[in-house]
Formats: sequence, C-alpha cells, structure tokens
Amino acid sequence: MNDKLGRYALGVLAHVALILAWYLFVRFGEVPRFVMPSPGDTLDALLQPNYGWWSNIAVTGTEIFAGYFLALVVGVALALVFTWSRLLEAFFMPLLVSLNMIPKVALGPLIIVWFKYGVFPNSLMAFSICVFPILLTTARGLREIEPELLDLVRSLKGSRWQLFTKIQLPGALPYIFSGMKVGAILAVAGAIVGEFLGSDRGLGYLMLQVQVTLDTPAMFMAVLLITLLGMLLYGIVLILERWLVPKDARLA
Amino acid sequence: MPEPFIHLSGVRKVYGQHLAISDASFDVMPGELVSLVGPSGCGKSTLLKILAGLHPHDGGELRLGSAAHPFDPARDVGMVFQAPLLLKWRRILENVLLPAEILGLPARESRERARELLNLVGLQGYEAKYPYELSGGMQQRAAIARALVHDPKLVLMDEPFGALDALTREKMNLELLRIWQEAGKTIVFVTHGISEAVFLGTRVVVLTAGPARMADNFEVDLPRPRSLDIKTHERFGEYTRRIYRLLGME
Repeated sequence: MNDKLGRYALGVLAHVALILAWYLFVRFGEVPRFVMPSPGDTLDALLQPNYGWWSNIAVTGTEIFAGYFLALVVGVALALVFTWSRLLEAFFMPLLVSLNMIPKVALGPLIIVWFKYGVFPNSLMAFSICVFPILLTTARGLREIEPELLDLVRSLKGSRWQLFTKIQLPGALPYIFSGMKVGAILAVAGAIVGEFLGSDRGLGYLMLQVQVTLDTPAMFMAVLLITLLGMLLYGIVLILERWLVPKDARLA
Repeated sequence: MPEPFIHLSGVRKVYGQHLAISDASFDVMPGELVSLVGPSGCGKSTLLKILAGLHPHDGGELRLGSAAHPFDPARDVGMVFQAPLLLKWRRILENVLLPAEILGLPARESRERARELLNLVGLQGYEAKYPYELSGGMQQRAAIARALVHDPKLVLMDEPFGALDALTREKMNLELLRIWQEAGKTIVFVTHGISEAVFLGTRVVVLTAGPARMADNFEVDLPRPRSLDIKTHERFGEYTRRIYRLLGME
C-alpha cells in the first residue's frame, strides 16, 4: 500500500516538475510570450470571455464522445457478427484490414464534401479513426476460446447464446478494453483533425482562430483542454475496465 | 449378472482417410473407475469425446446407461481436462457453478451443492478466490468440483493430472480415489501414466497406437481403499509389467 502511494506521489511530482521546468524556462530564458507563454499566461487565457471556452469544450467533447461511442457499438457489433458467421468474416475481414490502411485523415476533405462541416462530420472523423482497433481486437478476443471449453459447453448441450454470454464475451472483455484504450487516444486526434479541416466551432477551430492573432497562450490552453478531454475519456475506460475485468484477466 | 453402464462393442471412428479407432470393445459397470491407458495419439481422447457425445462413432455398438441407471446425454456427463480451464473472470464458486447455469438448474440448490463439492475436494474457504490465486493442483480440484456440480452419472477425465508435478500428481491420485468413493460416480480416466492407470483403476483398458486398438482389458484386483503402499504390492508390479509389455516397452 505504501509502495502504491509512493508511486502515485512520484507521478504527481513528475507533472509538477514539468510545469516548474516550463515556468523556469520561460521566465529565465526570456522567451517571448507569443513563442511560449508561461503557465500563468496560459491560465489567463481562460479569462478571455470572447473565446467561448465552455461551448467549445462542449462541442469538441461531443465530437470525441459521440464518435467514440459509435465506434464502440459498431466495432463490437461487427466483431460479433464475424464470430457468428465464418463466411462473413472470411469475406469482410480482409476488406476491413485494407480499409484500415487508409490514412483516416485523408478522408477529411471527402467527409466535408459529403456531410458539410460541423459536429456530425467531425464525430464521423473520430469514429473512422478509432473503429478499426476496437473491431480488430474484439474479433481477436472473441476468437480466442479454448477448444476444450467449447467441448465442455457442448457436452452439456449448451446453446450458442450461452457459450457467447458465459464464455466468449467475458473472455473477450480484456481485448475489447485493450482496443478501447487505443481507440480513446485516436478518437481525440480524429475530432481535432476534423476541426482543423473544416468547422465553425470547437477547440481545434478556436486554435486556428487564435493562431492568426498569435495568441499563443490561448493555443496552449486549447491543447491542454483537448488533452484533458482525452484523459477524461481514457479515465472512464480505465474505471470501467477495473470494474468489469478482474485483475488477472486484464491485458497489459 | 448386472447390466453394464457403458457398453462398447466394435466401436470404430474414422476421420477422413484416417482410422482413429479400429475396434473398441469393453464394458464399464456402474460405479467403476476405468483407466484408459495408451501412448499419445492412440485415440483415447477421441474415445472419450465419443463417450461425451461430442463426436458420433462410425461403426459398432455404443450403449450408455442401463435400465437401472438411465443415462441422459445432456445432464449425465461431467468433464475434466488436462488444463483446469477455469474462467479467469469468475470466482471459484461461480466457476464450479458453470454447468448448473448452462443446464438451468435451480440456483440456490446448486450453490449449496457447489459449496459441498468444494469441501469434498478440499477447497473450503476458497469460494471467493479467483483462479489465479490458486495453485495448479488446487485449480484442478476446482475443475473436478465443476464436473460434479450437476450430479452427472458419468465423469470423463482426460489426463487431468498430466500437467502437475509428480508429487502433486500422487496426491491428486489419492484425492481422486477419495472423491470417487464419496461421490459414487462412474469414472473413465484417460492417462498415459501406466502406474497411475493401475493405481486408480478398478479396471484397466489398454489401447495401442494408430489406429487405436484394444490391446487388453483386465480387472485390477488390489485391495481398497488404496494407499501409496499398494505400489509396492506384488500384483501392482505384475499389472504394470503387463501393460509395458503390451505397449512394446519390454
């Protein structure tokens, strides 16, 4: 327990040290404010009322969470369909692997052509970038079933549904979470790229606006807030994992 | 003459071109513990799967159950494998309950029974532990409890102690004899351990390799209850030599 507390303290210390180093660098390096603002300047950016921080956070947050949630539902559902039908899997899986190779960022201009710009296309951007890792790891997890466990269930004349709910799905949960963690990071990147490419709201959009006026503190603040949104999503995934998957079954 | 619980006569199994079992014929009486012994790949696991109803046989006669001991293929098979195959995300008690859940048995009685079985296999106090908190031998005990929870008439064991170290294995052999005596099940025990086969079995069926052919089938006339001392018994040596000879190792 003491060991755990010590590690926790070290983690906090590392963050504090970075902020301190940042402060000292700006303060004593006499770095101009438009190149790198101090931590204080960055916080001050929040006081600018015409930047609409809250509504921009809400917009970007919506894009990230909506895209991510959609990817989770679609990714897990498709993986499920594939485990139920070998034919469908054999048909679609190679295709999906190819589609996965598309740099999703390159889809941005197309998405704008198809869906204009705004929250929905940006959510789609987040979705398209994080659906594959979730789908692929879930499919892999569902496939990893010991043949003898299958025998055990079959010897009891258990149904396919029982096999799925009692063995396959809980067995795949560590994989699903592993995909969800990768996806959480990607979803944030996807939403921001979407905002860069075309939008009229959101933290990414705000960054482009303040870039013109060289308000670097506001850009720093925007990056910080985007990071915090990502941490929030990642944290929720971690908490869910801790709650649903016992320690030994988790994938590192 | 009482009716056998399992009756095999000329049972064959073919996989494509490959003859896995050519002619298996033996009877198992209710409450017997029969050892199926033979080299790796001799088809003993296949035979076990046929008995479990997982594979059909391709010829010969197979009868499970008798008038006095009717056999329900869905409910009367318990299985133990070489690996414990416990579900990592379930506590031990919930692991033991799996077959009862699949069969839809009443939850409360099943829990009660699972607890009793955990006592029987010597795992009282471990109900709420996760599998990784148990040693290999203890996990296999839990797997045995799981195989018994739905009160099957037949328990099929496929080299259940094959992955354990020698000392644990001997200990588990003694435990199995005790459990078998208390639970009163018919057990078919597949092994490639010759002395294990003789030590455990009321009867030993010897299979030779590819395709599996019945080489011998004899009753083990050694005193019960058995202890490790029995391995120094004169007849114990005779039985093991008999098997070694059949398997061409002497």
